[in-house]
Amino acid sequence: MCLSFLKLEGESRLSKRIDPKKRPMPKQEPFERIRNFEEVALGYTPELAREEASRCLSCKKPFCIEGCPVSIDIPRFIQHIVEGDFSGGIKKLKEKNALPAVCGRVCPQEDQCEKVCVLGKKNEPVAIGRLERFLADWEAASGVIEKPEMAPPNKKKVAVVGSGPAGITVASDLAVLGYEVSMFEALHEAGGVLTYGIPEFRLPKAIVRREVEYVKSLGVKLHFDFIVGKTRTVDNLLKEFDAIFIGAGAGLPWFMEIPGENLNGVFSANEYLTRCNLMKGFRFPAYNTPLKRASRVAVFGGGNVAMDGARTALRLGADEVHIVYRRSRSEMPARLEELENAEEEGVMFDYLTLPIRLIGNEQGWLTEIECLRMELGEPDESGRRRPVPVKGSEFRMKVDAAVCAIGNSPNPLIPMTTPGLDIGKKGNIEANEETGMTSRKRIWAGGDVVTGAATVISAMGAGRKAAKSIHETLSQ
Amino acid sequence: MYRIIERRMIAPNLHELTVQAPQVVELVRPGNFVILRPDEAGERMPLSVADWDPEAGTVTSIFLQVGASTAKLARLKPGDTIPSYAGPLGKDTEIANFGTVLCIGGCYGIGSIYPVARALHEAGNTVYTLLEARSQYLLYWQERFAKVSARVIEVTRDGSSGYKGHITRLPEILVLEKLKPDRIIVNGCTFQMMKTSEVTRGLGIKTIVNMNPIMIDGTGMCGVCRLTVAGKTKFACVDGPDFDGHEVDWEEFLKRRKTYNPEEVHPLRKSGCASHF
Repeated sequence: MCLSFLKLEGESRLSKRIDPKKRPMPKQEPFERIRNFEEVALGYTPELAREEASRCLSCKKPFCIEGCPVSIDIPRFIQHIVEGDFSGGIKKLKEKNALPAVCGRVCPQEDQCEKVCVLGKKNEPVAIGRLERFLADWEAASGVIEKPEMAPPNKKKVAVVGSGPAGITVASDLAVLGYEVSMFEALHEAGGVLTYGIPEFRLPKAIVRREVEYVKSLGVKLHFDFIVGKTRTVDNLLKEFDAIFIGAGAGLPWFMEIPGENLNGVFSANEYLTRCNLMKGFRFPAYNTPLKRASRVAVFGGGNVAMDGARTALRLGADEVHIVYRRSRSEMPARLEELENAEEEGVMFDYLTLPIRLIGNEQGWLTEIECLRMELGEPDESGRRRPVPVKGSEFRMKVDAAVCAIGNSPNPLIPMTTPGLDIGKKGNIEANEETGMTSRKRIWAGGDVVTGAATVISAMGAGRKAAKSIHETLSQ
Repeated sequence: MYRIIERRMIAPNLHELTVQAPQVVELVRPGNFVILRPDEAGERMPLSVADWDPEAGTVTSIFLQVGASTAKLARLKPGDTIPSYAGPLGKDTEIANFGTVLCIGGCYGIGSIYPVARALHEAGNTVYTLLEARSQYLLYWQERFAKVSARVIEVTRDGSSGYKGHITRLPEILVLEKLKPDRIIVNGCTFQMMKTSEVTRGLGIKTIVNMNPIMIDGTGMCGVCRLTVAGKTKFACVDGPDFDGHEVDWEEFLKRRKTYNPEEVHPLRKSGCASHF
């Protein structure tokens, strides 16, 4: 009785001092933003950032650091913001994170640092992601980019396969430690999924380019149009390099394996987004890669990629965009922020709906989708309630494009051409979770190529661990 | 940046393009393709390789000018540069001693079947080459094929050279030429590969085709190049581009190839002139 009274008093004191809500981040209005590809969220002003930062309790035992896959010293960088020392803040941030502008935008903070924030128990947690983004953008605007202290060159050479989040982290960590790092990218631009996958309105490509420039400024050499497994095999590279890190991503799109999937107008999310983001199809014909401007679009899936696909379709001028998802809203794997953005923009959600057949016209173009209604049954292995078809609930939707965003597996080119590399059931490269070591000496791997499609920050976390392990191994 | 060594029209609308690309030369094999971009705004497009020179570090392709991006390629001059040239991509054409092999080429595929014929010849096969075109003036490289083939047969739609007609005359030509190939390999336009596969099915001769769908990355990432082979969806870029012609769903493939036909030529038709539609 007595104890609970004390706790209550403590909490009421807390809520008096601290605003229970995050400072909202200014955003483009929905009616405006669906007509352009500019970034939706506009970022904090210095005033907003300092106000938000002052909500942080500077816990003695900060859970947020444990919640961060790369263990950023969050309370310290936030304290710098409170004091108005933004340059100190960015320095602190970059000790652990080579891509703060990216992570501040696309990290699922609600499942990581912000999930365990003490404030979040009763109120909204500190907006750690927005503060991270603020510092990174502030640094970019200041034009003075801090570089870490570089160890003298140690004459050891490391090849990094893939220039996505995992590769960028490994490359920058090792470059700082004095390694000669070469990064091999299959496409003509660096960034991996940050460049071809995540749309401009969520992560402007200028930001990705800025982060890549930073990695180059550390002395990392970038080779484009170089497909490891094809242009050279991993074994070819091992003749030249002391170690190899494979961060080739999850680049093989899944289809639903239902009839009609090869009709014209049916795209993998990878194709749809690559045409738009990497190839700048939204600016066709100034850029020559065409992108079909459909009027009724269905997107299959419930993750962030599905949201990206749906919101891209809207911006390309679709009259109606549906997300077709076989479970319900609460099971959606997409970030709540992205889901809400899509809802605000007018994307329609067809929950508990399973496409079973795609129907086309004589010319081979998609015209309709046949779907089944589902209901939720018992929980499955993932702990989510399993969707079960409702008998006789078939119905049709008229569409002229469909985007399949149900997932990707790792790209097979390296597994196919690297003998002795242990490969998992889903085509992933087997690697030690703590070190990134594979079944072969001098070869490390991390990111989506190991885990299957996951998050930017988990790929960076894997890159960080692999860099440490490579350094330990090569220093022996 | 990749330097253009040579770009010349070798037949009306057909261009030979040789690019300085030493990183591609080392592992390139018959049946492979490269992905290139003509300029920063250009599409990524696949071109089959037609020849290469390991010493000079150059790779040669033959391409047909069709849309905006190939028009840009067709304007390149020696000494110019292009921003992307990636490869070699795709699985290699299977080369073994099959006995007697008939290599069929048409259009750009006359170029890309050449290294196949050469490798088969070197592997000890008796190689016959059949080149097909609308008219004699669209044929090229006959002298190269002569060096690696027991015989070079020509088929032209107008009869200006060799047999008159279309590849559908193949069964009859095989009889007239007294040929019993153990394997047929076709590189050319979709229609030619489809028609060849149709007529060789009845003859029971294994027929390999080198598929040419729309591609973007060429590494298995986007899936735009998918086709149905023996009832299963395959990606031409990583599972092919060579497939058994008797197992390909040609009808679906032809439709998929037409996906962007209007857009392909759109930038060519656009004109700032008000009187010009």
